[in-house]
Amino acid sequence: MYNSPYLRQNTSVRRVMVTVLVAMLPAIAMQVWLFGIGLLLQIAIASATALACEAAMLSLRRRPVARALGDGSALVTAWLIAVCLPPLLPWWMIVIGTSFAIIIGKHLYGGLGQNPFNPAMLAYCVLIISFPALMSQWPGLQGSDAATQLNWVLGGERALDAVTGATPLDALRTGLLGNADVSAVMQSPAFGHVAGAGWEWVALAWGAGGLLLLALRIITWHIPAAFLGAMALVSGVAWLIDPSHYASPAFHLLAGGTMLGAFFIATDPVSGATTPRGKLIFAAGIALIAWLIRAFGAYPDGIAFAVLLLNICVPLIDIKTQPPVFGHKVEPPDGGAR
Amino acid sequence: MLNKLFSFNGGVKPDPNKSASTREPIARLALPPQLVIPLHQHIGGTPRPLVTVGSTVLGGQRIGAPDGNVSSAVHAPTSGRVVAIEPRPMPHASGLSSPAVVIEPDGLDTAIERELFDWHAAAPGEIRDFLRDAGVVGLGGAVFPSHLKLNPGKSGHTDTLVINGAECEPFITCDDMLMRAEPGNILRGALIMQRMLAAKQVLVALEDNKPEAAAALKSAARALGHASLEVVVVPTRYPAGGAKQLIRVLTGIEVPHGSRSTDFGVQCFNVATALAVWRALEHGEPLTRRIVTVTGNVERPRNFDVAIGTPISHLFAAAGLKPDTDKLIMGGPMMGIPLPNIDAPVVKATNCLLASSPTLFAPPEPELPCIRCGECARACPADLQPFELYWHSRARNFGRAQEYKLFDCIECGCCAYVCPSHIPLVDYYRYAKSEIWARERDKDAADSARERFEFRNWRADREKEEKAAKLAARNAAKPAVKPADGAAPAADVAPSAGEDPKKALIEAAMARARAQKEAVAAKNTDALTPAQQAQIDAAEERRKRASELSGSDAPVK
Amino acid sequence: MITALLVMAGLALVLGATLGAASVLFKTQGDPLVDKIDAILPQTQCGQCGYPGCKPYATAIAGGDADINQCPPGGDEGVRKLADLLGREYKPLNAEHGVEKPKSVALIDEATCIGCTLCIQACPVDAIVGAAKQMHTIVGDLCTGCELCVPPCPADCIDMVPVTETVESWKWRYPVFELKVQPATLPAKEAA
Ligand code: SF4
Ligand code: SF4
Ligand code: SF4
Ligand code: SF4
Repeated sequence: MYNSPYLRQNTSVRRVMVTVLVAMLPAIAMQVWLFGIGLLLQIAIASATALACEAAMLSLRRRPVARALGDGSALVTAWLIAVCLPPLLPWWMIVIGTSFAIIIGKHLYGGLGQNPFNPAMLAYCVLIISFPALMSQWPGLQGSDAATQLNWVLGGERALDAVTGATPLDALRTGLLGNADVSAVMQSPAFGHVAGAGWEWVALAWGAGGLLLLALRIITWHIPAAFLGAMALVSGVAWLIDPSHYASPAFHLLAGGTMLGAFFIATDPVSGATTPRGKLIFAAGIALIAWLIRAFGAYPDGIAFAVLLLNICVPLIDIKTQPPVFGHKVEPPDGGAR
Repeated sequence: MLNKLFSFNGGVKPDPNKSASTREPIARLALPPQLVIPLHQHIGGTPRPLVTVGSTVLGGQRIGAPDGNVSSAVHAPTSGRVVAIEPRPMPHASGLSSPAVVIEPDGLDTAIERELFDWHAAAPGEIRDFLRDAGVVGLGGAVFPSHLKLNPGKSGHTDTLVINGAECEPFITCDDMLMRAEPGNILRGALIMQRMLAAKQVLVALEDNKPEAAAALKSAARALGHASLEVVVVPTRYPAGGAKQLIRVLTGIEVPHGSRSTDFGVQCFNVATALAVWRALEHGEPLTRRIVTVTGNVERPRNFDVAIGTPISHLFAAAGLKPDTDKLIMGGPMMGIPLPNIDAPVVKATNCLLASSPTLFAPPEPELPCIRCGECARACPADLQPFELYWHSRARNFGRAQEYKLFDCIECGCCAYVCPSHIPLVDYYRYAKSEIWARERDKDAADSARERFEFRNWRADREKEEKAAKLAARNAAKPAVKPADGAAPAADVAPSAGEDPKKALIEAAMARARAQKEAVAAKNTDALTPAQQAQIDAAEERRKRASELSGSDAPVK
Repeated sequence: MITALLVMAGLALVLGATLGAASVLFKTQGDPLVDKIDAILPQTQCGQCGYPGCKPYATAIAGGDADINQCPPGGDEGVRKLADLLGREYKPLNAEHGVEKPKSVALIDEATCIGCTLCIQACPVDAIVGAAKQMHTIVGDLCTGCELCVPPCPADCIDMVPVTETVESWKWRYPVFELKVQPATLPAKEAA
């Protein structure tokens, strides 16, 4: 027996997840084009791990395996882990990260829809705390050939100095610690026009994919707008005060995981705030903390920690920002739609 | 004149699917062999039956009298004989029965002499009573007695009277066809309502997907030439036809749950109700027929003008039910209720009968966990957070669900329509609401029981004291006979003294009852004419039924 | 060392004073616990718990004289609620006091009633109307179904009738969805 509504929009979790995967493709393509196929390998490893863990956990929890696997949520988690980790990590790190995300970050909390933390960010944090050295090596633009990349990912000997360097964020921090000023540091080959060489293009591709999600109404404008706005605001204020010690807003918007975070990570509905005002607070909070970690912290990028910190606050944010219900709005009705 | 429309948040745009049933004009459906007219068809008290089994009724005759003011009368749609007054299956999701008058039409369709009513001269209170006795209730689906709403309240006037022809739900076209067929009379009814409510303006609103009806209404409005009457076309978006949403669109006023729109200077009626008011007042015609859309999985979808009480099977037979039908729905696909019983009758609330097939309305895909995507919140016209309501309803955490304003939910189904996890959200709300209502009923019953129990104990104490006091007084009055040794032993003695004579009394009463029974039986058996015998039989029969009826009635509630 | 001791002692004094003041200021009226327990009890007033009504039982629970599982009309749910309220362990209903039954109301067979008024005196909630030697009847809405009127009736004319579901009291079920949806079976007539 089922009851009204008998009509249903043609939509499903699977559709939503597949759309997210599609929206990730431009940035993935851009990264592969600029930095080689290592990323594809990472995605493959993460996907396989995620599906295997998901299936194992589902059958342990006695849930219908095929149906839940088909919803695509594990793949989204896997892809997000793959793209936010440094390229060319050895395979076992990806496996550890992904299985941690799926088993502990998702299923121990009750599976799809129940996890209070963003699983991909959980994986990132676990890895960066456990293997800080490996997590700080990013390949430069000149790249390496496919065979080397395969070799590295599969755990071969790593010629560290040759092709890997610090990320622009790291380079900036080290430079500043060495008392150089921002413009001097930015002369290093790790930097491109405004942010990391090559990486700035990838960031723009993330932005493009995000706009696609917005256009398809998978996400709302609140989180990306508040995220990028707050990031621009805090970095801009600091930059205006002391441009020699703080990088420009443009740098912050295009460096590290800002774009990825604004459109793909912070917009994870399960662990994020849900009310319109709550989303603004949530995203602005992430941006603020991420900038603080970037400017004053010891980690190359602060987005993952910022997301987890704000995840903790979500229930409070949601309760405090419940939108007024029809007929219970305090202010008298204004003209037209809000 | 209205120059600006407002808008409500949320809403969805399902495929209207209205064209199939508007191709043919409204057809008057022949009477079925039996009409089942439920006594309780509206919000409020259950009418008392005014007829007895075996009596003949005329078309338009009142067969159920309103029970108090928050109630409405019920009438026979045609002439015929009452063959039963008994519980019959209702068009209700439960499929349970409730008392109904079953009439076998005699085919003559003799109408009772109509009491014509000079409403122009009558006071508003009299018009309201007349409408109550004519059985006029809201025909948009809520079946709230109209006379109660036709009251301007304390302020004595109303700003806006909204006549709702929006009919936003897919498939339903009965109001559309009615507006095309009788635009003038609908507007005349609206003007009567305007007079009763002392309303400054009348807005007849309909969605922009009904151009024919809009044109008909507009030309009828021009013909009537009332400056305060305006036909407004609003954008098509479900649920624009919800009373609260329509009021919001037209006036920008949001009427919260639990308050009456009168308090905000607005009142809203369905177009069919306006027509029923006009018919009742102008022609003395009670509400005994209505337009019903029969559509969905049928051969010949169309609108029928049917007598209330017609079995639903009769309408489906006329429209040609297709064999692969898997369920029947009363109402539209968004808010309709399942009909477990095809023999249930059409009631005043029946606006649409929808046959469903697996191809028309695919069974829902399995429910997945909520991913908190917020789609439902964006679609909710009541600005609720449906997933929070769902979460707490599902956990049976009803207090929290109410904090999230569960009762502001109008059960429009928008949230479930858009949910990517295919959660039957509205089912959870219905469940939670009816659980809460049941608990409230239980709590009220418990509170009243507690109060009565405490009162009884208090009364018992008082009686005991009084008795003791009396005894003490008596003892004090004749001290010579017995020394007064206090009230306490007296109080103890009193009940035990009362015990034995009482028992004896009861014995005597029982003996008397036995004797009486025998005596009565003896007296009646000899020397009876056949006529007397028949009378006795009829009386006996009546008594039996009365006790049966009271037997089935007593445990109700 | 001495300053630390002094600070600690001072703190203790201040806190103690605050607590004392608070307990005076916010002194609770009456015994809310008994009322809270009484609010959970079903008010059937049947006495099956061994006390002459729900309130006395509530008082006994609050006083620690009675266990929480002695009220059959309250049923399992009632015991759970009491356990929640009092922070005690849930325990199944004590069968000594009776078993949970569907709610019923009493019905007097009006043809047999002799008008003795005994049931009126037994009814704890005044749900029976009638006068001496007149037919008695039970107000279904007020009857709690306590069955106390059944034994005293000398004519044995009171029956307990289970309350049936009506259109008004019917409840939507908790949504449970089968994985495979079966087509609903409709009456045969419909194919015509
Ligand atoms: S639409 Fe469905 S899945 Fe999305 S938040 Fe609402 S209930 Fe959850
Ligand atoms: S059914 Fe209730 S919660 Fe869902 S969209 Fe409609 S009003 Fe909102
Ligand atoms: S057993 Fe009867 S008297 Fe005792 S608490 Fe329960 S309902 Fe009240
Ligand atoms: S009528 Fe009988 S069963 Fe009902 S409350 Fe009174 S004594 Fe109890």
